[in-house]
Amino acid sequence: MTPDFLTAAFLAGLLAAMLRMATPLLYASLGEYLSERSGVLNLGIEGIMSFGALTGFLTVYFTGNLWLAVLVAFLSGCLLAAVHAVLSVTLGVSQHVSGIGLTIFGSGLALYAYRLVIGAPIVPPQVTPFSPFEIPCLCRIPFLGPTLFGQYSLTYLALALAPLLWIYVYRTHWGLRLRAVGENPEAADSAGINVFRVRYASVILGGGLMSVGGAFLSIAHFNMFTPDIVAGRGWVSIALVVFGNWHPLKILLGALIFGGIDALQLRIQTIGVAIPYQYLLLLPYLVTILLLALIARRTSHPAALLTPYRRE
Amino acid sequence: MRIHSWRSSVIAVVSALSIAGCSRSGAPPAPGKGGNLKVAAVFTTPIEEPWDGCVHQALLKARGELGIEYQWAESVPRPDYERVVREFADRGFPLIMGDAFGSEEAVRRVAKDFPATAFCFGSGLGPVEPNFSVFDDWIHEPAYLCGMIAGRLTKTHIIGLVGGYPVPEVNRIMNAFIAGAHEADPAVKVKVSFINSWFDPPKAKEAALAQIASGSDLLFGERYGVIEAAKEKGIPAFGNMVDQSSLAPETVITSPVWDMWPTVQHVVSAVRGGTYHATDYAEWSMMRKGGARLAPFHRFESRLSPEVGEMVRKRTGEIMDGVFRVPINEKIPVSD
Repeated sequence: MTPDFLTAAFLAGLLAAMLRMATPLLYASLGEYLSERSGVLNLGIEGIMSFGALTGFLTVYFTGNLWLAVLVAFLSGCLLAAVHAVLSVTLGVSQHVSGIGLTIFGSGLALYAYRLVIGAPIVPPQVTPFSPFEIPCLCRIPFLGPTLFGQYSLTYLALALAPLLWIYVYRTHWGLRLRAVGENPEAADSAGINVFRVRYASVILGGGLMSVGGAFLSIAHFNMFTPDIVAGRGWVSIALVVFGNWHPLKILLGALIFGGIDALQLRIQTIGVAIPYQYLLLLPYLVTILLLALIARRTSHPAALLTPYRRE
Repeated sequence: MRIHSWRSSVIAVVSALSIAGCSRSGAPPAPGKGGNLKVAAVFTTPIEEPWDGCVHQALLKARGELGIEYQWAESVPRPDYERVVREFADRGFPLIMGDAFGSEEAVRRVAKDFPATAFCFGSGLGPVEPNFSVFDDWIHEPAYLCGMIAGRLTKTHIIGLVGGYPVPEVNRIMNAFIAGAHEADPAVKVKVSFINSWFDPPKAKEAALAQIASGSDLLFGERYGVIEAAKEKGIPAFGNMVDQSSLAPETVITSPVWDMWPTVQHVVSAVRGGTYHATDYAEWSMMRKGGARLAPFHRFESRLSPEVGEMVRKRTGEIMDGVFRVPINEKIPVSD
């Protein structure tokens, strides 16, 4: 088709794009994972990400401080997730209803706040975003160097987050308590674990991570806030948690596959193959569904997922 | 959905009540009575979206310069669209504007029920007597001029274009750009990508980066995100819809600009003067009537060779004189 297909440069570009495109999914899906591990589904993810994209953007817009923006985005995500925690953990409201409500609220609030602060100018304002952080020495390795070691700092963090979460959940005392709460809150409670506190902490921290994923879009990958900038990445992340069978490393793999195929389809579009582009755009979703059907058939979700806990 | 009013809420409520009373009594709305023509617009996206944004900006300008009273509803989902348009008609707005794409039948139904109200909608179809007018962003002419510049400047003979959805409005702009590029450089090849979203700048940016990786050294960004990719890789790009030079003055050569002002001016004065009738406003969004133009070159004024400037001036003159017609092609463009 074209000679430059499957060359080293092509692959390097593809891998770099894969990592960039997987980053927001990683934050969001790991945040969702943390929440679901404690037994709480958070469908507010899309709204929390939108709000994080906004608060991150505004912080950079006013202070120019990128890392402060990451912190603010994290905290604002925690705040929104806390609403979900109150509704679903304390009040025992349906997690679906509370989550969807939060998504509508968060997305609306983000645009509303943007209009209040920025207005609706003809050309939207932009900020100076994160530039790729080239790890000295390593990024000069031919081929793989610029790809793997010339990424955004937030991408390295996201990649590190998956194994860190794995250690936390499976190798620490705290992780054991978290899993106990998500699997059998009654038993956890009788073992002296405060189920409510664990759930609150997981939902809130998970929301913070989702929000950083949203902020990545507006202050690293791109440099503006626009309505609908999250564009369904939150929903994809929920599917990735299922795909990863509630395991952080498998979720990492899933995010990389999805990001990789998305990066690939954008490249196939440019080489003029005789496939309608809609099929190409569909590809990442299609592969996710297929893999879900093939690999994740025996899913083992936390047993107490979706069940509010009530002390007898 | 959000409904905005720039009048104080008290005035809004009072006027809404009086208008409601009026329409209930069966009296047709009186266009142009008093000085303040009431105009409503119904948009399916937030007004940050460039197409709807252009209509909105022109109406804001009309509020200042023509003294209209302007209210709008945005982010109105398609299933609610007919209802919201109908509500504005019910409240007696003599002129209602908006984007009818995807609700063509529904909006025409409302227009039929309110024959005394002027409906002027963005549409891919034709006007309907007596009161349904259509307009659209017919900016294929300046897009063609941009393509000519791109064809003249490309060294790799590969140009990349990134679009939102391949709807006719987008296709004809991209095809005109490609046609212009081919005129200037018959050997030019194009890379075309769609992101299937009106708002996903990170994805548009990735699509643009993929095009740069496959050899494009000039980009046309139908959506936000493309200019940022060009800036990052140090190649020039063209904006779209509004003058996007301020996003990256060292990157953006120029942009095809849509100006709804001539259309809004004409339709408002027609409704005021009682001369309004169903019209296809297409030409009011083209270069000869000032509805489309090429944005200033800004910093590229001195960087483009005199020969390129002359080429653009000559073609512009021919378009304005009607001796050159930019072809309209609404087929989905594909990569070479």
